[in-house]
Amino acid sequence: MARSARDQILGAIRASHKRGPLDGDAAEPARVRLETHPRGLIPARSRIAPAEQVALFVEMAQAVAATVDRVDTLADVPDSVADFLAGHNLPAAIKVAPDPDLRRIPWAKRPVLEVAAGKAEDPDIVSVTGAVAGVAETGTLMLASGPDSPTTLNFLPDNHIVVLRTTRIVGPYEDAWDRLRARGDLPRTVNLITGPSRTGDIEQVIQLGAHGPRRLHIVLVDRDDAA
Amino acid sequence: MKSTAHAFVENAREAVADRRLHKALSNMKAGFQNKRAATVAKLPEFEALRDQGRDIKNHVLANLDLYLERFERRVTQAGGQVHWARTAAEAREIVEGICRDAGAKTVTKGKSMVAEEIALNDHLEANGFTPIETDLGEYIIQLRGELPSHIIAPAIHLNKEDVEETFRKEHTHLPADRRFDDVPDFTNEARMVLRQKFQTADVGITGANYLIAETGSTVIVTNEGNGDLTQILPKTHIVVASIEKVVPTLEDATAILRLLARSATGQEFSAYTTFSTGPRRPGDLDGPEAFHVVLLDNGRSALLGTPAQEVLRCIRCGACMNHCPVYAAVGGHAYGWVVPGPIGAALDPGLIGVEEAHHLPNASTFCGRCESVCPMRIPLPKIMHHWRTQAFEKKLSSPSFRLGLKTWAWVAKRPGLYAVGSRLAIGLLAALGGRRGRFATLPLARGWTDHRDMPAPEGKTFRQAWADRRKHEAA
Ligand code: SF4
Repeated sequence: MARSARDQILGAIRASHKRGPLDGDAAEPARVRLETHPRGLIPARSRIAPAEQVALFVEMAQAVAATVDRVDTLADVPDSVADFLAGHNLPAAIKVAPDPDLRRIPWAKRPVLEVAAGKAEDPDIVSVTGAVAGVAETGTLMLASGPDSPTTLNFLPDNHIVVLRTTRIVGPYEDAWDRLRARGDLPRTVNLITGPSRTGDIEQVIQLGAHGPRRLHIVLVDRDDAA
Repeated sequence: MKSTAHAFVENAREAVADRRLHKALSNMKAGFQNKRAATVAKLPEFEALRDQGRDIKNHVLANLDLYLERFERRVTQAGGQVHWARTAAEAREIVEGICRDAGAKTVTKGKSMVAEEIALNDHLEANGFTPIETDLGEYIIQLRGELPSHIIAPAIHLNKEDVEETFRKEHTHLPADRRFDDVPDFTNEARMVLRQKFQTADVGITGANYLIAETGSTVIVTNEGNGDLTQILPKTHIVVASIEKVVPTLEDATAILRLLARSATGQEFSAYTTFSTGPRRPGDLDGPEAFHVVLLDNGRSALLGTPAQEVLRCIRCGACMNHCPVYAAVGGHAYGWVVPGPIGAALDPGLIGVEEAHHLPNASTFCGRCESVCPMRIPLPKIMHHWRTQAFEKKLSSPSFRLGLKTWAWVAKRPGLYAVGSRLAIGLLAALGGRRGRFATLPLARGWTDHRDMPAPEGKTFRQAWADRRKHEAA
């Protein structure tokens, strides 16, 4: 029987390297690398104390046109979100990720605000999600899919609001990966999000809101207790 | 994709005479070069990160079979399926089969150079499917029936007027009296038109910047978010990727990501970097129900162990073409195949054959800027020289080229003469390039020389020549 395409490709790689399959000692470096996933060089910029990490995160996120508001506890989030909506003349309606942490937000403080939970659907204009981590190095958010955090919320609505505890801010990406690994197997989708959607495809002029959100607003929550 | 690389000399001659093209390409310096320089300057570790990137990829290429097998195992464990394709034709058939099994009509696509390489759109169309490009630049050129002219900015050869013409012609359902005053008018229109397509697509196809052996994840890097809508809305997500895209771990992918956006667009990080592992999980409210990865060889395994192996480290950032004077003069289409610019000149002969692509490695002013900006430290001029030698040995080059090369070798052995000669040659290029219209003779394609054979021309000489060219242009 003819060898499968798979075996032919693997065979061709081995033939080019003039060797057979890697095993025993020859396979050791690769196996160790996969097992221990060693870190490489981490820029000094992100090897800083936690308080500085928060400041750097804010600075970097703003540099890519995200907006940031900083509040004390989850109880302050409804006001912050309402201010954002009013500031941009947006309807008072949000689609919130069914995240247990976000359920603790006392939305009722703003009775006019229409709050629905679930994945994003076509008419949704504003989404609110959590995040696994914020990476100070480049002002990047790490979001992971799951029953609590549908990925469509990160891309379909025109406005994406992320509620993030400052304790979840880390220096380099590698620290965020460690946090995610601690939660078990990798989820279906992990999004590293750095600012709102943009394109430079027409005459290299940067334009926000190509296909994903036109605005990315980050609400940082400093203390871990809901009032 | 059908190559016209053999016609490079004619293509290039037309391109240098194309004023609209030059207007469009004139945005490159501010758009790419300056931004890259500014962002790189903010990261003192950048040079060390380049060394590290090179080392990671060298390790991968030496262990490629092991990492691919491990990647396949992890994808399968996550509930996805890996398909292996030796050739472009095999890859096309696999994708077509998956679309057929999914009962697909409409297929959305994220930007993928491998999909271009295998000419996937034509094949899908011929088989009754409707492929829709969703990256803004790719969408525009799909409407125009053109090919990408740059690996990260596919429509870089176009001006606003060109796009307006295209949108008016194609979006006939929209009011004819609508105005296109500035860039947002175009982006908003494309956003609106494509939103509907995203919602109705049955299959989404993306490429991959990396495949991660540790986790079985595929990674895409975009700014628009189109690649994400492409993969989370339809029931089936197909990833087409070439075999050298695999990296060992999340840490390794991260290390290379630190180089990618900075080198490509001069961003610290692209807006969206997405890791996709298998289909949606039980309880997930969205995401694809089926996940397929098509691994394409198409000539790459044969490059391993050859002097051209190092091209397989390429992360398709585009920095080499953004900094290439030849690319700036002729644009991407002249190269005649998917990957243009210096990386095209170093890669294409390996993938489509020296016979077809032997002109491309001559498309060099031996200035060495491509290598100096390549984040993966690929010795592009050296690899071009390798192909030139092969073409020479196969007697593919024209008599004048062969004479030129011999003369140059003779001159190169005499350093005094060489110094005069190189100034002369570069001066010639500047003068020819500056003459409005066209290169009277195209010195690039004659390839008088190769800078690896002799002392490289000093940067100053090159800059001087370039300044002259600018002066000529301004005149
Ligand atoms: S050869 Fe280097 S500079 Fe050119 S696209 Fe590849 S990685 Fe980027």
